[in-house]
Amino acid sequence: MSPSAPHDAALAAAWDVEAVRREFPILAETVNGKPLVYLDSAASAQKPRAVIDREREVYEHLYANVHRGVHRLSQLASDAYERARGAVRGFLNAADTREIVFVRGTTEAINLVAQSYGRRHVGAGDEVLVTGLEHHSNIVPWQLLCEEKGAHLRVAPIDDAGTVDLAAFERLLTPRTRVVSVSHVSNALGTVNPVRRMTELGHAAGAVVMVDGAQAAPHLGVDVRAIGCDFYAFSGHKVYGPSGIGALFGRAELLEAMPPWQGGGDMIASVTFEKSTWNELPFKFEAGTPNIAGTIALGAALDWVEARGLAAIAAHEAGLLRYGTELLSSIPGLRIVGTAAEKASVLSFVLDGIHPHDVGTVLDHDGIAVRTGHHCAQPVMDRFGIPATTRASLACFNTREEIDALAQGIGRVQEMFG
Amino acid sequence: MNELRELYQEVILDHSKRPRNKRAMEDASHLAVGHNPLCGDRATVYLHVEGDVVTDVSFEGSGCSISTASASMMTDALKGKTVAEVKALFERFHDLVTADPSRAAEVAPELGKLAVFQGVHEFPVRVKCASLAWHTMKAALEGGGKATTE
Repeated sequence: MSPSAPHDAALAAAWDVEAVRREFPILAETVNGKPLVYLDSAASAQKPRAVIDREREVYEHLYANVHRGVHRLSQLASDAYERARGAVRGFLNAADTREIVFVRGTTEAINLVAQSYGRRHVGAGDEVLVTGLEHHSNIVPWQLLCEEKGAHLRVAPIDDAGTVDLAAFERLLTPRTRVVSVSHVSNALGTVNPVRRMTELGHAAGAVVMVDGAQAAPHLGVDVRAIGCDFYAFSGHKVYGPSGIGALFGRAELLEAMPPWQGGGDMIASVTFEKSTWNELPFKFEAGTPNIAGTIALGAALDWVEARGLAAIAAHEAGLLRYGTELLSSIPGLRIVGTAAEKASVLSFVLDGIHPHDVGTVLDHDGIAVRTGHHCAQPVMDRFGIPATTRASLACFNTREEIDALAQGIGRVQEMFG
Repeated sequence: MNELRELYQEVILDHSKRPRNKRAMEDASHLAVGHNPLCGDRATVYLHVEGDVVTDVSFEGSGCSISTASASMMTDALKGKTVAEVKALFERFHDLVTADPSRAAEVAPELGKLAVFQGVHEFPVRVKCASLAWHTMKAALEGGGKATTE
C-alpha cells in the first residue's frame, strides 16, 4: 500500500497541516466554547474554501441547466459539469469519461448496479457475495435484489482483527456467484481490503466485481484499472466535496449492455408514446436535472485533493493513525476494535463499562466530534459482540494535538463513569 | 461542565452503575421489547399486573447510562401504582424530557426523583435514551409487545 517508510515519513513531514487547516473555514468554529476538534470525517468530511467558493461561483456566474440550452450560461454550466466528469475520470484513473456516471452518492451507485445490472443477470438460485465488513448500503440493495429474484446473499467472514478471511472468501465463490461487492475500506473499522486480489478471484469465478470506495477515496489513491474491478463507487462529501453528489465508475461494455435505471429527461435519445430510445453513455444513467453546482464543486474538491497529493495526505493520516493507535492503546480499559494490518484513518474503540453514547456526549462537551453507534454496520458490531463503538476518524486537517485532546477527553469520561 | 453535570447527576450515575430490578420476570403478565434504531439499544420491560395494580416491574437490556438509569428508576417508580396512575406518569415523564421548558418545569415537582431527567432536555439526541424504557413499558401495558423510539 505504501511505497516505502522513509518516503512516507518525508511526505508526512512536508505536510503543512496548519496551512491546510486555514483552508477549512469551519475549523475556526468553537463548540461549547472550545475549539472544534473534528474527528468524524468518515461520516462526512469538512470542506475547504476552494470547494465552498466554487459552488458559490457556479450560482453567481455560470448557473443554468446542463445539456439543454443553446444559451451562453447553459453552455458554461455544461462545460463545467463535464469538466468535473473529467476530474472524476482522472481521480479514478478510468479510461474514458463515458464510464463515469454521476449519482447522489455511493448508496445510489450500489442501488443502480443492483437494480440495473443485478436484475438482468442475477436469477433464482444465483449468489451475490459480500464481506462481513460491509456498510448497510452494500448489504441492503443486494438483499432486496436477492429477495426479488430468489437468489442468495453470501458473506465472507472477518477475523478478530477485522480482516476478511480471504480463504473463506475464495471458498464462497461458486459457479453461481454473479456479483461480488466489497468495500475498499471499512467505515466501521478502517480495514483496507485487498480489492485487487478479490477482483481477480471474483473474475476467476465468472462474477462481476463492484467496489464500494466511499471510505477509500479520501485516503488512498484509487486506480480502477489497476484494481481491475467492473464497478467502483464513491461519495463526494467524504472527499471534501459537497453532499448529495458522487460517482459510479462502470466498465463501458457493461454499462452499454445495462438497461436504464431511472427514466426521464436527459437519459433519452428520442421519445414517442410507442417507444423511446436511450441516450449514449453516461447520460443513459443520468435522468433528470442533476446536482449541477454540487457536481462542479465535486470537481473542485478532487482538484484540491490532487493538488495536495493523495500520497502526502495518506502519509500524514498514516502518521496520525499510528500515533493515535499507540496513545489510545495505552489507556487502561480501552480496547481498539479493528486491528487489521492494513488500515486507513479509523480508530474505533470501546471503553469498559461505558456506553459509546455517553462517551460521545462528554467528548462533545469538550468540542470533540466523534461518531458513536453502529456506524451503519450492525453485522460488524454483532461480529464483535458489541452494540456500538466510539469512532474517531482522521482527515488531512487533523493534528496530533487533536488526538491528545481526544485522549484527555477519554480520561474525563472514565473519571465521570469509572 | 454545568449542563453535563445536570445531565449526569449522581442519582443517574448511581442507577446506571447499579440498576435496580434488572432481571427477567418469569410470571410477567405484560412484556414488550423496545428498540432504539439510532443506537441499537434494546430494552425488555416486564410487568406483573394484579387487578388494576402493577405489583412488580423489571427490565433487561443494554444501553447507555441514561437509558439504563431511566429504566431502573422507572421500575422503582411504578411498583404499587395503578395502571391509570402509570399512564399518567408516562405522560408527565414524556413532557419532562420533550415539552417546552415551562411545561417541563411545571411537571417536574409531580415526578419526584424522576425529575432528575429534566437535564436531558438540553441534549436533544439523548431524549430517546431517556424515553426508551417508558415507551416499552407503555407498549407492554397496551399489549403491543414491541416499541421503538422512532
